[in-house]
Amino acid sequence: MLALMLLIRRFEERASQQYQAQKIGGFCHLYIGQEAVVVGAVAAVRNDDYIITAYRDHGHALARGTSANACMAELFGKETGCSRGLGGSMHFFDKQNHMYGGHAIVGAHVPLAAGMAFASKYRGEDRVTLCFFGDGAINQGSFHEALNLIALYKLPVVLVCENNLFAMGTSVKRSTSLKQIVDRAEGYDIPGEIVDGMNFREVRDRLSEIVASIRKNPHPAFVEARTYRYRGHSMSDPASYRTKDELEKYRLDDPITRLRAQLTREGKLTNDEFDRIDKKAKEGVLAAVKFAEESPELPLEKLYDYVYA
Amino acid sequence: MREITYRQALNEALAEELERDPNVFLMGEEVAEYHGAYKVSQGLLERFGPKRIVDTPISENGFAGLGIGAAMVGLRPVIEFMTFSFSLVAFDQVVNNAPNMLTMSGGQFNIPITFRGPNGPAHQLGATHSHATENFYASVPGLKVCTPATPRDAKGLLKTAIRDDNPVLVLEAELLYSSKGMVEPLDQELLVPLGQAEIKREGSDVSIICYAQTVPLALATAEKLEEEDISAEIVDLRSIKPLDEQTIYNSVSKTHRVVIVEQDRPYGGVGGEICYRIQKNIFDELDAPILRVSQEDVPIPYNERLEKAVLPNADKLITAVKKVCYA
Repeated sequence: MLALMLLIRRFEERASQQYQAQKIGGFCHLYIGQEAVVVGAVAAVRNDDYIITAYRDHGHALARGTSANACMAELFGKETGCSRGLGGSMHFFDKQNHMYGGHAIVGAHVPLAAGMAFASKYRGEDRVTLCFFGDGAINQGSFHEALNLIALYKLPVVLVCENNLFAMGTSVKRSTSLKQIVDRAEGYDIPGEIVDGMNFREVRDRLSEIVASIRKNPHPAFVEARTYRYRGHSMSDPASYRTKDELEKYRLDDPITRLRAQLTREGKLTNDEFDRIDKKAKEGVLAAVKFAEESPELPLEKLYDYVYA
Repeated sequence: MREITYRQALNEALAEELERDPNVFLMGEEVAEYHGAYKVSQGLLERFGPKRIVDTPISENGFAGLGIGAAMVGLRPVIEFMTFSFSLVAFDQVVNNAPNMLTMSGGQFNIPITFRGPNGPAHQLGATHSHATENFYASVPGLKVCTPATPRDAKGLLKTAIRDDNPVLVLEAELLYSSKGMVEPLDQELLVPLGQAEIKREGSDVSIICYAQTVPLALATAEKLEEEDISAEIVDLRSIKPLDEQTIYNSVSKTHRVVIVEQDRPYGGVGGEICYRIQKNIFDELDAPILRVSQEDVPIPYNERLEKAVLPNADKLITAVKKVCYA
């Protein structure tokens, strides 16, 4: 799991560099700082459970098992990308690994999560849907409509709010009339709790308990994972709306450093081992850049191939 | 053949497809216990149970999106909008999520969903409840749009839509739910292909291109024109997208004169697109400029007399036909 968090971290750092080198176009939202949330959550579910998220989605695909090659190639707009270069940074999809996107209209994918969970229940399966979204989504109409439907139909969804304190440049304080985000769940009679999103083990353990309860008897749950993104909202955002001190405070609480310290303390990880894992992540990401660069683009003749099934 | 109503035809289509495929379910406001605001789903709850005939709260964006999510993982939802005027509340789901998913995912996720319900101006419902949405939706790549005008087409197109692997909008004609027409017997499978227009009446002097609620208007007007020795051919588009250009061109190549009578707006309406394609592809076949009869460019008024004046009617259609025939 440490390896996965490092892979995401190194992937995003390299994506940032490639964006600046203009190899990646459009909008690009980095996940650096939030790695423990998705890695912890994914560690709590089965491979065939459904996962869906918003546009800050690179970490979710990687955590789900999409290769760094396919992710980087997608950023490069190549045919070998996880969405054939047709989706881009905000629209990563991987059907084989049950990663259902990558959705870039804020809150609009929460109803989709309701539908996926509806289908599980309809078929009598015990699958759970993990629906990730940011703190910005909780004031969108589609979010509220979906939460009511999810609660009303008792759908097996874990609603994971990745509260990184800012919706683009607007802080939660300036956007939301609640003392804490988790209180949104109460309005829909959905059990909610807060977890430390910088702590992999806490996320994994709390989610595991919730998922086990849902498998026994389908019901929704809401988790507010408190986390922080180190970078701006997107590559074009210098994040001047927050202070260096605030950023430094969170950096000291870095999820990777924290897991490393936990493992080291327990005698499960040496410095050499950490360096080896990190080196492997870095090399894997470099190889992904090479793969992306050398991959072909979708030929123009295929422009109409994916409009209708 | 037997005579049934448009409403009953839709009901039969739903029942047959629910029976055939366990992945099909119907969801929407008042579809189950109330039997549908227009009684299209009458009896379905009793027959198929609450798991497959699902009432929703008033949350169009929410349940349209729920349908799309269910379609992503293999179900085949039929989502009823109480009217397509309310689909505007779900515009983001219908326009952004349903049709974009296949392309955005590089071909991984097709969305086999049907959105259906009444569409177009009805009778004195005012501006918010009178939207003809076909031109909005037909402009979106990835969507298919059909507009049945008869019970037979309503049944055949809805069944085809449910079996289609793409998002299909079945825009039913609000004023035609009680209209009657001949339909194949129950034991005979009826599928009307999408993208296939039908000549509803043969003629030689002018092609009147119409769809949905303007089909009965065009047919009645053709009878009046016959009294004045003008022979009108009635081309019912049935599908707005894909558009059956060939049937249009065949008819125009025969009559050389065209009037398009549409229930939507003049600016960017369906007729504008058809007009463009005819002049681009068979300009030499035209003996007169193409005319369009559509709504006036105003929000639909409540007042009955004014509403009539805003919508296409027989007088406007006759005037247009005579003009293109130089009669």
